[in-house]
Amino acid sequence: MNSGDPRNVPRREAARLVAGKGRYTDDIDAGDVGHIAFVRSPYPHARIDRMNCDAARVAPGVIAVITADDLSAVCKPWETRLALLPTHLSPEQIPLARDEACWQGEAVVAIVAKTRAQAEDACERVEIDWTELPAIADLDSAAAEDAPPVKSGMPNNLGLDHGISTGDPDAAFRDAAAVVEHDFTFSRQTGVTLEPRTILASFDPRVRELVVQHSHQAPHQMREVFSAQLGLPLSAVRVVAPDVGGAFGMKLCAYPDEMAVAAIAVLLGRPVKFCADRLESFVSDNHAREARVRGRLAVDTDGKLLAMDVAVLSGFGAYASHPRGSAGEGLQAVHMIAAPYQLAHYRGRVRGYFQNKVPSGILRAVGQPLACTVTEQLLDLAARKIGLDPADFRRRNYTDADDKPARSAAGIVLSQLSLRRCHDRLLALMNYDGLRRRQTELRKEKCYRGIGFAAFIEQTGVGPQLYGPQNVRVSAQEACRLTVEADGRVRCATSVTDQGQGTRTGLLQILAQELGVAPDTIEIVTGDTQVTPLGGGAWASRGVALGGEATLRAARRLKSNVLTIAGSLLQADPASLQLQGGVVCNAAGLAQMSLADIATTVGFRSHLIPLDDIPDLEVVESFAPRNTPYIAANGIQAAHVEVDPELGTIRVLDFWVVDDCGRVINPMLVDEQIRGGVVQGIGAALYEQCIYGADGQLENGSLADYLVPMAGEMPDIRIAHVETPTAMTTLGARGVGEAGTVGAAAAIWTAVNDALVPLGATVTEQPFTPEHVLDRLALAGDQPRPT
Amino acid sequence: MSERHSITLTLNGTVISAKVDARTHLADFLRQHLRLTGTHIGCEHGVCGACNVMLDGRSARSCLMLAVQADGAVIETVEGLTASGIIADLQQEFVARNALQCGYCTPGILMTATELLSRTQPNRAEIRDALSGNYCRCTGYHAIVDAIEAIATRRAEAAS
Ligand code: FES
Ligand code: FES
Repeated sequence: MNSGDPRNVPRREAARLVAGKGRYTDDIDAGDVGHIAFVRSPYPHARIDRMNCDAARVAPGVIAVITADDLSAVCKPWETRLALLPTHLSPEQIPLARDEACWQGEAVVAIVAKTRAQAEDACERVEIDWTELPAIADLDSAAAEDAPPVKSGMPNNLGLDHGISTGDPDAAFRDAAAVVEHDFTFSRQTGVTLEPRTILASFDPRVRELVVQHSHQAPHQMREVFSAQLGLPLSAVRVVAPDVGGAFGMKLCAYPDEMAVAAIAVLLGRPVKFCADRLESFVSDNHAREARVRGRLAVDTDGKLLAMDVAVLSGFGAYASHPRGSAGEGLQAVHMIAAPYQLAHYRGRVRGYFQNKVPSGILRAVGQPLACTVTEQLLDLAARKIGLDPADFRRRNYTDADDKPARSAAGIVLSQLSLRRCHDRLLALMNYDGLRRRQTELRKEKCYRGIGFAAFIEQTGVGPQLYGPQNVRVSAQEACRLTVEADGRVRCATSVTDQGQGTRTGLLQILAQELGVAPDTIEIVTGDTQVTPLGGGAWASRGVALGGEATLRAARRLKSNVLTIAGSLLQADPASLQLQGGVVCNAAGLAQMSLADIATTVGFRSHLIPLDDIPDLEVVESFAPRNTPYIAANGIQAAHVEVDPELGTIRVLDFWVVDDCGRVINPMLVDEQIRGGVVQGIGAALYEQCIYGADGQLENGSLADYLVPMAGEMPDIRIAHVETPTAMTTLGARGVGEAGTVGAAAAIWTAVNDALVPLGATVTEQPFTPEHVLDRLALAGDQPRPT
Repeated sequence: MSERHSITLTLNGTVISAKVDARTHLADFLRQHLRLTGTHIGCEHGVCGACNVMLDGRSARSCLMLAVQADGAVIETVEGLTASGIIADLQQEFVARNALQCGYCTPGILMTATELLSRTQPNRAEIRDALSGNYCRCTGYHAIVDAIEAIATRRAEAAS
């Protein structure tokens, strides 16, 4: 904690949450609610020959048994299409599988009962005759010439084939002083939010209004989706995200089972609720990251990067995630390659395949961790090959986007970066030279420690250029509606949503400062489409970067309106007045009238105001970056690890991050975003994987078997900042929500492989299980070599 | 239909009696029957610690225990500990250091911390060790360790 820094304002809602007064979706009371449990496909791919629900219908407590045919009356099928990527064609989807289930866990029948336990009991009485169909589990089977389709009727399983080429990579590789290459396997992961997905939908047939309480990041997106699929006008759909117990991108898509819940509410005209249990979370929450990558890097004799060539195979699951698709991971994996570095020649190609597995979708940092890992690992291999220190090697190659806007070889738009400053700060913070000396000494004692770096670019505050051209109806603006209430308090309704990041607090701080009112007179309202203006919510690190900008602009306009009214009431030039602590002061700094006085006059006695047009005490401002696709942020991370070559275990000893997210509003909250992100990246590198058998069965679908980082295994994480405000906004803040996750796995890769240098081994498969480490050591001959 | 049983227990300082299904676990009983929603459910198989409550002075998984097994027990939930004020310092420290983000893990973590701090003045490694039965997906744990360590120190100073 940066104690004493006045910017470190604690979050107001935290006081409520520590007292057990959270209000998560499952905590909300609804009268006469029907609880939903799903019968899910036990097979990765199977035809439904016959279904008998008679016994379930008469089970105790059952209100309704719902199948695909029942829902077709109220819910239209949907197709996930990205206009610019026609190959990313996903078969038509409906909320419950009708004739064919395409992944183990796909919902087939919904049982509505008085209690969840009764609904689960009734699920066991549903009889389904299945015929198993060939299942595509791994990427090679999906890509095979004669591969059976993931869903009947699909021409093949290829869902993405995208290439990019800059300069003349072939010539550069030919002329290089040194070339290195490496293979990378990234296992499937999933978000594992501690609060599972939960949705409570109520439909009032009298007025045909749907209200959905939803543990979700993007309520405006879901309003759009429910409206389109259920054939209701937007104004008849209200989506509310109450407290959300973790999201991380996993709660950003429209899940078929959640669509079923909303459709059932409409069909039955009563409130219904679904709360995923942990076992079904593993087979129904989006997965992410599955990829195999082969990368090559060429360097010249001066230690300059010349060319890279990267081929990515990306795994999608059975359907493209709705509505954003599943292509993002693979696209980011090729486009974010070498983003922090000068590089003239590049070739990247990504192919993505559908599989009979849980659909893949967004997870914090989408594809950026893959690109960062490939880049940083190849850099380390090259540095070693030409005998340069890896830190020094990076510093020679950073992009010059510090001084002038630039585009990376793979097309990433960069400006006002600070990579060298972050780098120098990091080396000082970690005492790099001392660590290297100690590493050398310890190697003599057969203690294998490694130091790894990951410089990174984070795409933050992504604007309309991402989904707009794809014809995907996802808002990329953020908006703020400010109202001065008659009691003088200020209400800020923002499109930004907050799942614990602290965005609300950041906005409150911006508002208090810009407007000149006390923080405790401000209310921040989020997550309710009925009261908040249209905007993105929480995705692509946008809360403060974009939502903060909208708030700043709204605050300035509101303040000008307030002072105009005050000027007319006081017969003073508005420019001579100030708003401080909610009070209008004159040029001499003397209090004249309060915000409450002004609001009361406007609201109830406006005949006293000598103005023809009274400016509004409610203003709305929105902001989207329209001249740039996103606002790039940058930083560098370092990990210090120790590998036990006997056991294959890896201990993370220390971790450091220097981040530049532009203007920092609340350093404490920024640090906590980075720490949380780092630990998710460490989890990816060391523990997390959805293990599938060749038959497409998920083998570790429980929290006891899917490992996530625990406190005892995690290091303290030291953080420092460089602040380079972006010129793209008045506020100057860049995003930070994904920074930790973008680079942390890469830093673990480079650190572990640094530790293994004297043993002649490298790891290639994430997560680095003890088995993998031991396999690689065995392959390397197991004989310690001199450094 | 499963069998119903009568139970009597001391919950947050008050003796209560209830009729419960044999199969209802304590977490569901607290959340659904008593509407004490501060106790959370993250896995229902004893791994994540979101459901921890104080049972006869020790932290325990309320998802692994049937409500009928709580007959005769003394149970405190986060609501009760909050009302009694005995963890107010810890709660304030969590807020001040932002040792929670989504807050879903927090009530369970407070139980673990309550038990740990009642036994010893733990150092960072011991705190991390004790927290290994509590998953937090948001914070990365560092701030949680900071907060518990600060209270351990403060309570020790106050006691000496
Ligand atoms: S819900 Fe009890 S341990 Fe996870
Ligand atoms: S704060 Fe979200 S799980 Fe701990």
